[in-house]
Amino acid sequence: MLAMSRNDILLFLGFTIAVLAMPIWLQPFGAAYPDLLQRFMIFGIFAVGFNILFGLTGYLSFGHAAFFGVGSYTAVWSFKLLSLDAIPAMLFAIAVSGVFALVIGYLSLRRSGIYFSILTLAFAQMSYNLAYSVLTPITNGETGLQLTLADPRHVDRMFGEAMPGQPVPTLLGQSLGGFAGFYFCAGFLIIAFFIAQRITNSPFGMMLKGIKSNQTRMNYTGFNTKPYTLAAFVISGMYAGLAGALLAVTDPLAGAERMQWTASGEVVLMTILGGAGTLVGPVIGAWLIKYFENIFSAINETILARFWDFLPDGLDHAAVVVSSKFVGEGWFLTLGLVFVLIVVFLPGGIMEGVRRIAHLFNRPDKSSPSQGKAAPQPQPAE
Amino acid sequence: MSTPNVVLHVADVHKRFGGLHALADIDLQVEEGQTHAIIGPNGAGKSTLLNVIIGKLAPTSGQVVFDGAVLTGRKPYQINQLGIARVFQTPEIFADLSVLHNVMIPALAKRDGAFKLNMLRSLDSEVSIRQEAEHMLEDVGMLSSQDMHAGSLSRGDKRRMELAMCLIQHPRLLLLDEPTAGMSRHDTNTTIELLKKIKSRGMTKVIIEHDMHVVFSLADKISVLAQGRIIADGTPDQVRGNPKVQEAYLGGTH
Repeated sequence: MLAMSRNDILLFLGFTIAVLAMPIWLQPFGAAYPDLLQRFMIFGIFAVGFNILFGLTGYLSFGHAAFFGVGSYTAVWSFKLLSLDAIPAMLFAIAVSGVFALVIGYLSLRRSGIYFSILTLAFAQMSYNLAYSVLTPITNGETGLQLTLADPRHVDRMFGEAMPGQPVPTLLGQSLGGFAGFYFCAGFLIIAFFIAQRITNSPFGMMLKGIKSNQTRMNYTGFNTKPYTLAAFVISGMYAGLAGALLAVTDPLAGAERMQWTASGEVVLMTILGGAGTLVGPVIGAWLIKYFENIFSAINETILARFWDFLPDGLDHAAVVVSSKFVGEGWFLTLGLVFVLIVVFLPGGIMEGVRRIAHLFNRPDKSSPSQGKAAPQPQPAE
Repeated sequence: MSTPNVVLHVADVHKRFGGLHALADIDLQVEEGQTHAIIGPNGAGKSTLLNVIIGKLAPTSGQVVFDGAVLTGRKPYQINQLGIARVFQTPEIFADLSVLHNVMIPALAKRDGAFKLNMLRSLDSEVSIRQEAEHMLEDVGMLSSQDMHAGSLSRGDKRRMELAMCLIQHPRLLLLDEPTAGMSRHDTNTTIELLKKIKSRGMTKVIIEHDMHVVFSLADKISVLAQGRIIADGTPDQVRGNPKVQEAYLGGTH
């Protein structure tokens, strides 16, 4: 039953090694520090889960940040009320975001296409605004929910007095700062990837692909497509909740801005940039966006002035003014441009680019039709 | 006058679209194991009738009974699970998937029912479903293209694959909506041969067709539809000799 094809095992092993070795191979890129690596893992999970709904099933949700936020809030509440241990926080976050996704999914999936997208967007914005207003007792509004010395932490206190100092999440008593936090998140990304791979290669996954490809035929073939789409929605919501909880583990401050539509849009960009419907694509998309966000948002006018120094006077000033719009706070402008270029020239995302390049090298021998791996080969139109 | 082995009974069905009376007083009985053709000029209501049978459209009044079960009001997937499969005028296939997967999906629907959460099982371990699909593809002569993308098939092959997708479910009733529409003469003849081959399997078929050549080579019974009404009913010879039919249909175009 757990049989995996050789290609799948290789893909999984390759992915696992690449993830665990990130602190090494990312060093030349200046990205091998824990804080950024943790974000790579967290948003990787978010994108892998989002891809199950969008990439496999073809339903574009614009509100997945809501589940991410719910995961964060739940994890922080678990730290506050129960224990600083990360495991119960993760479990609660996955469960609560799953229930949340069940309700929103049930309502949103009554429509498809653009109406589904708008519904999810509306629900997410509603959640965001509620978190800011009436739900302030739960979310602590604008300040954000954070850990304090005075938190009850009932389970922890049953086993003795709390540690002195600012409380931080732990795993079985060990602190989860720095690289420990990275490996904790990496473990979850690897599990998340494994489950997504299983789902993709299961009969259930094939039904999701069938729904994406032709929902009419699915209905006339005897499938009740509603529970399939709802299951995909809930699973991807739970992935989002898990990612949100991990963000709370590494940085125990949950704010409502995590639920905002820009955060929902970001995961859409990650998935499309990397290649919707592929297994690795969304993760790569998440990594690239987080990496370049890190670089571009750190650039300021002083750095730009030094960069454009070689230009004649006046011209260098103009170059600084123009390029400064694309960095720092203006990073989203760059992201938008890159996104437009990808969608226009490489609609299958980075993975399609990789396939095209591989195709160029493989042309001489056409013996092995690429089996099962990642997305289907693009075919000429009929 | 209900015969004992009537499997599909369209009883007194009316369908109105606003002021248009698309179907009026349709009473149709299809006997088990027969190929029943519904013919008629453009706009006669053939497709509307098929859509009423399959649950895509709800009749304004009347009902459709299949083997004792009332179909009216059921959803398309429920109707399929009762043993009714449909071939569309424009093939409805999974264009993004391989030919083999296209045929495996309906086989899984037949085995697992309308919904099953089998997400940890590997597709590679579905050996019997895969073999079944391969046999089916062999039957329709498409085994060699099983790894191809369904979207890149020729129109005739898409149709053949869609037929395989229906046949693998061993439906008791197969509905065919102009199965040779837009096909070349050669593809049409291959399709007729294929349909004749499956005729021996004891499956009941309702076929809507424009092409008289196809109808007279396949049908046991023919109902002629004109302006939403059945104007003649009977064996191919009876229908051919019916003056009303000649006036409404045969005489006009052929």
